Amino acid sequence: MITPQIVREHGLSEEEYARIKSLLGREPNLVELGVFSVMWSEHCSYKSTRAHLKKLPTKGPRVLHGPGENAGVVDIGDGDAVIFKMESHNHPSFIEPYQGAATGVGGIMRDVFTMGARPVAMMNSLRFGEPSHPKTRHLVSGVVSGIGGYGNCMGVPTVGGEVNFHRSYNGNILVNALCVGLARSDRIFLSAAKGAGNPVVYVGSKTGRDGIHGATMASAEFNEDSEEKRPTVQVGDPFTEKLLLEACLELMATDAIVAIQDMGAAGLTSSSSEMADKGGAGIVIDLDKVPQRETGMTAYDMMLSESQERMLAVLKPGREAEAERIFRKWELDFAVIGVTTDSHRLIVKHKGETVADIPVGALSEAAPIYERPFVKREPARGAPSFDASRPVMESLLKIIGAPDMCSRRWVWEQYDNTVMADTAQRPGGDAAVVRVHGTGKGIAVTTDVSPRYCKADPFEGAKQAVAEAWRNLTVVGATPLAVTDCLNFGNPEKPEIMGEIVASIEGIAEACRALAFPVVSGNCSLYNETQGEGILPTPTIGAVGLLKNVHRMATIAFKREGDAILLIGKPRGHLGQSVYLREVEGKEEGACPPVDLAAEKKHGDFVRELIEAGRIDTVHDVSDGGLLVAAAEMALAGGMGTALSDGDIPSFFGEDQACYLIAAPRAEAERIVAGAKAAGITASLIGTTGGDKIAVKGCGEIALERLRTAHETWFPSTMTGEL
Amino acid sequence: MKSAVVVFPASNCDRDAAVALERMTGNKPHMVWHADSAVPDVDLIVLPGGFAYGDYLRCGAMASQSRVMRDVKAKAEKGVAVLGICNGFQVLTETHMLPGALIRNAGLKFVCRPVGLEVTETQSAFTRKYDHGQRVVFPVAHGEGNYFADEETLDRLEGEGRVVFRYAPGDNPNGSIRNIAGILNEKRNVLGLMPHPERVVDPLLGGTDGRALFESLIEALP
Repeated sequence: MITPQIVREHGLSEEEYARIKSLLGREPNLVELGVFSVMWSEHCSYKSTRAHLKKLPTKGPRVLHGPGENAGVVDIGDGDAVIFKMESHNHPSFIEPYQGAATGVGGIMRDVFTMGARPVAMMNSLRFGEPSHPKTRHLVSGVVSGIGGYGNCMGVPTVGGEVNFHRSYNGNILVNALCVGLARSDRIFLSAAKGAGNPVVYVGSKTGRDGIHGATMASAEFNEDSEEKRPTVQVGDPFTEKLLLEACLELMATDAIVAIQDMGAAGLTSSSSEMADKGGAGIVIDLDKVPQRETGMTAYDMMLSESQERMLAVLKPGREAEAERIFRKWELDFAVIGVTTDSHRLIVKHKGETVADIPVGALSEAAPIYERPFVKREPARGAPSFDASRPVMESLLKIIGAPDMCSRRWVWEQYDNTVMADTAQRPGGDAAVVRVHGTGKGIAVTTDVSPRYCKADPFEGAKQAVAEAWRNLTVVGATPLAVTDCLNFGNPEKPEIMGEIVASIEGIAEACRALAFPVVSGNCSLYNETQGEGILPTPTIGAVGLLKNVHRMATIAFKREGDAILLIGKPRGHLGQSVYLREVEGKEEGACPPVDLAAEKKHGDFVRELIEAGRIDTVHDVSDGGLLVAAAEMALAGGMGTALSDGDIPSFFGEDQACYLIAAPRAEAERIVAGAKAAGITASLIGTTGGDKIAVKGCGEIALERLRTAHETWFPSTMTGEL
Repeated sequence: MKSAVVVFPASNCDRDAAVALERMTGNKPHMVWHADSAVPDVDLIVLPGGFAYGDYLRCGAMASQSRVMRDVKAKAEKGVAVLGICNGFQVLTETHMLPGALIRNAGLKFVCRPVGLEVTETQSAFTRKYDHGQRVVFPVAHGEGNYFADEETLDRLEGEGRVVFRYAPGDNPNGSIRNIAGILNEKRNVLGLMPHPERVVDPLLGGTDGRALFESLIEALP
């Protein structure tokens, strides 16, 4: 008997329960209620965002599969395809940072290799609370070692990402993991279980009671009891996942598979019902055949378990033995647990009885969609005041050593970033680059978002996140291909939060359309609130680009003494919401920098063509911290100083968009200035490389080693408790 | 030169080793599954990096019990060259083909970065193409690469010229005793090292200092 209390405990509203009854034509039993509760959870159903996500551009000439599959698939020529997706594992990582982050990595890798791709690069976008918060160091340490612990064992290089701090994440950290894989474009595996009478096979690890209701947990706010939810966090086993990867790729080299999907959130429930739904089929599964890690598991336990490292595949009839041989070789469980039907129903049997019988459509298209009320906040306006007399070089030193700006070496050295022997550009640059194995092509990868801009103006801030990702791919010489987004927000039932969500999606849509940069996969993580305090709106953008010739890749490091430094673009000295304002003036105020998408496209295309033509090899975009910080980062990376022409605080630290710094031999630099002029782009010579200090006319100088010490000190000292 | 790469469950540098071997020798190595009973007739056997069996027990402990290791050991005793890189080095100490042990890094964290090494012994099939005392840079990527042995063993290793690679002063990433990065067995045909020479044979990846190791083997082996 289902009581209102039980319905509430499953995170379902009264209206939703009434809808379940009408879809079934009867009361559900407990197993069915559990199945509905996970499939209709925000995490699985996108019920608050689905209506708005439709605004995103998802198509393009290179897009082979957009949102709706396990990951997005983009054609990169010569029969190769890049497959990628980013996903959040925020709630579990706050409760149990090592396992939360590790299983986040494992889950996103499965999403990619279930489509037939070998994962080739990982990135992570991480947001933590303020460094002085008592939990922050524990969370940073656990998340970083969890990411490393899983990714390193898998032998997939973790090539970069973001780590930032802000008090709004004190109670809700963000762990967004991005996986990029490569496959042949004619060997992509989908999840549509078409056809009746095909065997349904379960492979991978055994099912235990771990992670039951993980998806439901991820669809609610935290309160002071949240740590009691630790048992709903899954435990990762990268060794088994590595075997599962190799076994799946071996099976995929045959033509035995009809459809395959990993068991991620909502485990057996989502994989079975989604595969049946997409294939227009039905499915019958017998839980007695499911490999089980514990005794006495109920049907409810098994259907809702989120045990890791499991896959569900539908095979062509008669191919079971061949598949079983492969999985046995890799010492993995293999069981035929069901069959596809033409009934369009998900039927679950246990101990000879039917324990669930649900029309598959009731779990997918009949799931509720909410047009939640929203209020779009007035964006922050104005140019904040600042003290024009502050010494520029001291401010530079302060910014380069600030928690959000200092070197992340402490983090990335815990990640194997060179395994697979294709990493052409390691962490620390604008984008990472991995070679397409066995070719001269490269894939560039980045993740970006500036939540402080999004807080000031969700629409413009989301545009900026897309533009920055596009720039970061451009400056290594890559043609930006497509985007995966991870939308992290607070409680969508609050109209002002819903307003942030809607404006952000519209901002992403506008930028992606203008830059021909379709969104091919993504994920939403809502309810990132603790005791009513929401996070900064954080629409993380992951993006991938293609280098036709990886040997022409550019990096940020100065390479030659005496190169001229060129500024592309026309900064106006925008200090609103800048790092300078926050770190030096102690203010988070003003309008965020406006993004002129036409200028972005024009300037970016100009820079990329120079790289592709082999004319320049040293480029950095101007972003967090502004022009002087960008120049200092180039100097630190190259171990070579620079002398720059004069300016003022807004020109040195303003965060104007669509701007780039290039270092090139003087004659080439002059040709570039002339070419820019002809193209209607502002380009100016602002300095030269060389020496062992950063010198700015009229502002003094600072030794590179002093800057380096500041840049490298904060992270290790903080993490070992020396600050 | 004919070569073979042993693949344990969750080896993950097996492909990297194979690519480097093919690039340097012109021949594809045999990929040998850990459950096989024998390695084909080759001049060099590589035990690659990775996390064999997840390294949930002591690193390399499970892999050292793999069926194929009996044949690797027998072939090594007959003089076939064996190169253990990273996890492969751990397997070699677990099988006692090399003395000592690799314990948790002194910093208690996994560490991945390029490190400076000194080639401290060139009288070996693995290092004859390097100069004595030459400084090279190889990447490391491990959580348990802190070499340890008792004083007597260490003195013997040094006295017999069996310490082939040392971390350059100030660049020891894991706390290894006497900065030891790679050692030979008594017969000098088995080398174990924590840094990854196979990741530095291609200039695109940041260096070519590992090439001389493969060139040494090509010259030394038939």
